[in-house]
Amino acid sequence: MATKSGRTIIAEQKFSWKIFFLKWEWLLVILFIGINLMNANLSQYYLSGEGLLNATNSFLEKAFVALPMAYILVLGDIDISVGSTACLSAVMLAYCYNLGVPMGACVLICLLTGTICGAVNGLILTRFTELAPMIVTLGTQILFRGIAEAMLGDEARGGLSTVKWFSDLYWGKLGIVPIMLLCFIICAAVFAFVLHKTCFGRRLYAIGANKLAAEYAGIKVQQIRMIVFTLTGTFAAVTAVFLAARMGSTRADIATGYEMEAIAMAVLGGFSTDGGKGNFPGLVLAIFIVGMLRYGLGLINIPSQLMLVVIGALLIVTVMLPNIRSMVKIQKKAA
Amino acid sequence: MSEYVLELKGITKIFPGVKALDRVSFQLKPGEIHALMGENGAGKSTFIKVITGVHKAEEGEMYLDGKKVDFKGPKDAQKAGIAAIYQHVTAYPHLSVTENIFMGHEIKKRGILQWKEMHALADSYLEELNADFKSTAEMGALSVAQQQMVEIAKAISMKARIIIMDEPTAALTKNESEQLYKITEKLRDGGASVIFISHRFEDMYRLATRVTVFRDSQYIGSYDVDGITNADLIRAMVGREISDMYPKPEVKIGEEVLRVEKLTRTGYFKDVSFSVRKGEILGLTGLVGAGRTETVQTIYGVEHYDSGKMYLNGEEITVKNPADALRQGIGLLPEDRQHQGLILDWGIGRNITLTEIASIGKNGLTDDKAEREKAKELAERVDTKAVTIFDKASSLSGGNQQKIVVAKILASNLKVIILDEPTKGVDVGAKAEIYEIMGELAQQGYAIIMISSEMPEILGMVDRIVVMCEGKVTGELQREEAEQESILKFAMARSSKAAKN
Repeated sequence: MATKSGRTIIAEQKFSWKIFFLKWEWLLVILFIGINLMNANLSQYYLSGEGLLNATNSFLEKAFVALPMAYILVLGDIDISVGSTACLSAVMLAYCYNLGVPMGACVLICLLTGTICGAVNGLILTRFTELAPMIVTLGTQILFRGIAEAMLGDEARGGLSTVKWFSDLYWGKLGIVPIMLLCFIICAAVFAFVLHKTCFGRRLYAIGANKLAAEYAGIKVQQIRMIVFTLTGTFAAVTAVFLAARMGSTRADIATGYEMEAIAMAVLGGFSTDGGKGNFPGLVLAIFIVGMLRYGLGLINIPSQLMLVVIGALLIVTVMLPNIRSMVKIQKKAA
Repeated sequence: MSEYVLELKGITKIFPGVKALDRVSFQLKPGEIHALMGENGAGKSTFIKVITGVHKAEEGEMYLDGKKVDFKGPKDAQKAGIAAIYQHVTAYPHLSVTENIFMGHEIKKRGILQWKEMHALADSYLEELNADFKSTAEMGALSVAQQQMVEIAKAISMKARIIIMDEPTAALTKNESEQLYKITEKLRDGGASVIFISHRFEDMYRLATRVTVFRDSQYIGSYDVDGITNADLIRAMVGREISDMYPKPEVKIGEEVLRVEKLTRTGYFKDVSFSVRKGEILGLTGLVGAGRTETVQTIYGVEHYDSGKMYLNGEEITVKNPADALRQGIGLLPEDRQHQGLILDWGIGRNITLTEIASIGKNGLTDDKAEREKAKELAERVDTKAVTIFDKASSLSGGNQQKIVVAKILASNLKVIILDEPTKGVDVGAKAEIYEIMGELAQQGYAIIMISSEMPEILGMVDRIVVMCEGKVTGELQREEAEQESILKFAMARSSKAAKN
């Protein structure tokens, strides 16, 4: 079929090497390789298969919350309460365990806590749509942290590592592959599939690109935001589980700043805070870039304060690069 | 002294990949109102930006009072007495009217702003324009018409001799337009020359003495308004004959499809009842603010209603959100296609299929291949001027964007199609094509509701007319008995009653 005027409209996408190589992800690939080369120079053991796999354990627990954070950014929203949510969830876990609740139930309570925290954010934001997510989640960030502090004060609750299967969540391996890495791969694959291959995922992009047009197209915008904010709470609790398994104890000041790390990973991966942009290959690359960089800097005993300087600088420079490129282009044209 | 206050010769402006203006000429006499017409994308806006110094032309010359000028930027044009008033007012909404008027040329004494003097001056300009607001009002709190007045006051304050108005009436009601006409004439009588861009023929006939037409980046000609007919103008603008602007086919009208009864949303509309039948085009008209858009948005589920009932094929339905409406077969082409109808950043294909991704795919998954086929089929059906379905919606002209929104509606399995101002901001050629599609849809048995403020369109395209005024249905007319006067009488029924009391 053609138009009345006899034209046809092309529906096949031509593959172009130029567009393929100009993708943002190649920049991340280069960064990733660069950081690994640096690390390999720093430690002769680094490039062994097992060494690489073990390195992932140093940062992956935070990455779980970066997955739904990417969804939040696609929607054009933001959630800065996830660090506090993770903390409160971990505190609930340890608190219940110390009361004699079996560990299995404690983990469920932990996940439930995170889910409720996420649902609170979601409920407020979808019932009062004119409120800014940054402000609301700033409020709940303080609130959730406050509850955790009220429960524990300055104390630590511990003894979690006496449960073998629980501490194996972080420390255990299947063959040579850490269990946490396996969990992450499965979760990331599911998140990527949902975003890129399902109607739900397409709707997320539509909402982020134009909320009003999405609503007119019959998309239940608030329902979807509710789901995503709740899911984010759940995954903040997943992070809490791994964190608790790693440390064997919890305090009311753990997981501070996790929200910013999750946002940083997602932004570096190509997700814009304006919404409607980004993809999962980029996010996973960014997670490993930030993680491996931290690991490498740890190898040469760079103090953690300085580490923040490096990671902050990296983030700023990388997100600036596309802008610099287009600026150069414009200047060339003007000349 | 030259015969022309402004003259442009052989202006060529090239953007990467496109010639936006191709050896265009233009002459403006002192003290005349000169209409500039052409389809969207004909180069009018670029041309204005060349005059106001925003763009620099690659070729060509510009003369002011016979002297050659070369503007380096907008400041130069301002100094030379050229001011532009745009359709979308580019103001500072949080500042006062005075601050907006004097932005960039404030009155200062020894570096200190003279507020008293500026407020007084601003008020005197506003009085001159018969404005019903004060200089201390906040810009953002004003209506579009009032904001335009502020822009005009700004032009007066800068002692502009050449005033350019870019589609100023597009967002105005009839009364507001009339007021603008009067102001424009006043400016002319004060010695200014006015370039008036508009899609509306009424504007041109009412105001201008001469008209210049652009088409496809080229100058087509300048004509005396007295000696030109509609048909001549359309031919000049479109480049071909449009034999029948309103190709309304004769359709056998079937049984009732949608009926609303006493639909009420407090504060917006009250007890609205009407029905539409299979194959029928129902016109819903009235002045801006009569509650038409609010009514159809409620039927579509964007807004909620407080009381009333809706029936589809005789059965009562409830619509809580657009998803409900679409599932039951009611679709809406929203009033504001750029914000409500399209995702401008997306390709047209994805836009067209967005509503129906779930039914095109399976089990909640998207099916890219099937989507591409569907998008291609629909994009071709509405004859959009896109090359591929991956072209961004933002890259199309207004008329073609509107066709994409129509295609998007056609993707769903609908019984009732509601079109809210389907030809607003659409040029003549694309308008005729949209009417043609409407006619075809009626033939295919859709029930169609069209909201429109344009009388010729209502009279030309619809079978029956429902007129609203201040949130109530004030009249219903058959096509045969409808005339502009009878419609207007109903449209102003309540306000005239109020005036009498």
